[in-house]
Amino acid sequence: MTIPVDALWGDKAAGAPVVDRRSLADPRAELLALEAQGELIVQRIDREAVSVRTKYGREKRIQKAHLWHHKSCGQCGHIPGYSTAIFWVMRKLGYDYHDPADQTSCTAWNYYASATSNPAAQAAVAVRNFAAAYESGYFPLIHCGTSYGHYKEVREELIHHPELRAQVRDIMAGLGKPLVLPEEIVHYSEWLHALRDEIAAKRVRDTSGIVATVHPACHYHKIVEGDAIYDPDIYGGQRTAVVTGLAQALGVEVRDYSTWFDCCGFGFRHILVQRDFTRSFATLRKIEVMKEEAAPDVVLTHDTGCVTTLDKSQFAAKAHQRNVGLAVLSDAQFAALAMGAHPYRVCQLHWHSADYRPLLEKMGIDWQQAWAEFQSDLRRLESGEKRYLDWDDVDG
Amino acid sequence: MTKTDAHYKAPEVAGYADVAPEEKLALFEQVKADIRFGDYLYGCYECGICVGACPSAKFYDFSPRRIAQAVARQDVDLVYQQIQEDIWECSQCFSCLRCPRGNNPGGLVTIMREVAVRNGLASAKKALVGYSRIIYKIMSTGTQVSPDMLQRDAFLDWGPETADVPDHLDLWRRALPAETMHTTTSGWSVADRTLVELYYIWLQTGALDMIAEVDSGLHSILQELMEERLEEEGIEL
Repeated sequence: MTIPVDALWGDKAAGAPVVDRRSLADPRAELLALEAQGELIVQRIDREAVSVRTKYGREKRIQKAHLWHHKSCGQCGHIPGYSTAIFWVMRKLGYDYHDPADQTSCTAWNYYASATSNPAAQAAVAVRNFAAAYESGYFPLIHCGTSYGHYKEVREELIHHPELRAQVRDIMAGLGKPLVLPEEIVHYSEWLHALRDEIAAKRVRDTSGIVATVHPACHYHKIVEGDAIYDPDIYGGQRTAVVTGLAQALGVEVRDYSTWFDCCGFGFRHILVQRDFTRSFATLRKIEVMKEEAAPDVVLTHDTGCVTTLDKSQFAAKAHQRNVGLAVLSDAQFAALAMGAHPYRVCQLHWHSADYRPLLEKMGIDWQQAWAEFQSDLRRLESGEKRYLDWDDVDG
Repeated sequence: MTKTDAHYKAPEVAGYADVAPEEKLALFEQVKADIRFGDYLYGCYECGICVGACPSAKFYDFSPRRIAQAVARQDVDLVYQQIQEDIWECSQCFSCLRCPRGNNPGGLVTIMREVAVRNGLASAKKALVGYSRIIYKIMSTGTQVSPDMLQRDAFLDWGPETADVPDHLDLWRRALPAETMHTTTSGWSVADRTLVELYYIWLQTGALDMIAEVDSGLHSILQELMEERLEEEGIEL
């Protein structure tokens, strides 16, 4: 096969510049510039907001209330207490929100798994959801780390590729919607981080004796990495501050471990059709290392795939006498428990696989009584007394 | 050796000798034509940081550095081999974005996978065996995974707790306090109009057509479903 080097040499001969197109610029400023040119609409933060700093030093504002919850299909489908804990914490802090039915998945899990999509489709799905939020008047808050990372990728692509903007604008026009992006793309763990002092002030359970390890989610801090939250007071500003900042605010001792940068092993397609890799990576590179080096009571993390992978992968490893057996919770579930949430009615821990009961006991929670209460709820549903439980029921 | 007849490998070891050079080159040109290509590749310092960070490199014969280098050198034979053999091992975690040169090997893999799917290559068909139900879910319901996918026989390795879910599925879903989450066949309740808008996107962007190359039966089912719903809503393509 002939090497097609003519094209390369042709570029060089023509003096074509090599431009590093990673965006170190302020994406908010870039969006506002495009809006000024009539290219798109920017949904503004229009309520009280908390300012935080990103990895690249930019000020990022996190709106506190009136939020449009962009749910996660993996959370809602398989670990629903992840989603309900986010809602519950927001309700307890007294901030209003909208839980929309006019929302699809970002479809990025499938995209990273199977590639059965393309940049235009992925951008159009993202913008359709953002347009739904814009029409509602609520500001989007993204539950899934992959949605968050992928939407930031989409934002970069829309900013830098006018031809993609034109294509997506045409598709949106066909749906009667504008090409709209929010002023900031915000992950729920950033919201928890920004409000960690308010959350800590509502703590009713003793978490001071709890030791945690934190798994930072790859699609939170590796994709468009400059836009993730960092804080010089947390890991010296060398790792993302979310999750750890919240845990420390709640009085938890966060211990370090050597494979913190490793992914969880989710793999997108691997978790569904090639789980030998997922199970091995999750247990050998993460859970066992955490146990050997940090001996935690719980792994705290902040993305759909990470909770699923680290939680579900331990059962098979246990059969091989590996050093596993560690509770895995999202930061939202842990914060909710600390604030007094019911472990089953709110945090839905019966959907988890790794044993969380020792953690609950250490937090002073009588899980047997709580399970009996939940069983009582189920009997009410079975008897026809109620068709569904609601928020009044879970706070009862 | 001149620049027009150089080989990076001897033809007999480059692999896939039965595939016409023009076919390999055409696929490579598709990779380069992607709008993201210029954002994902700048060169390579050969430092290996991406390999050190890569989870798949620890378990498979896979290297994000080889991906970036093969594409940068325009080694069409090796790129073809990678499209057929390597790319589906990538975890898409994007740990390789640690690259000090600014490369995105995981992003290059995404592009290469798209090319493999779009052209119905054997590697794509093999990688997506067993995946059809998930594609059907995401394209037809708007949510990728649903509670009713937690079947005992599909997740034996997740332990007895997961096996409890199908036994109590309807009841446990009705016990969720968020009213959008009482569903069993989708992650949450997606509005009917929202689904129609999603179908419009799949059809308008060619995403649905990509399915035809790897699973023609699934494509036919989805196409019929989507076009029928759009017609009912009076939306023209």
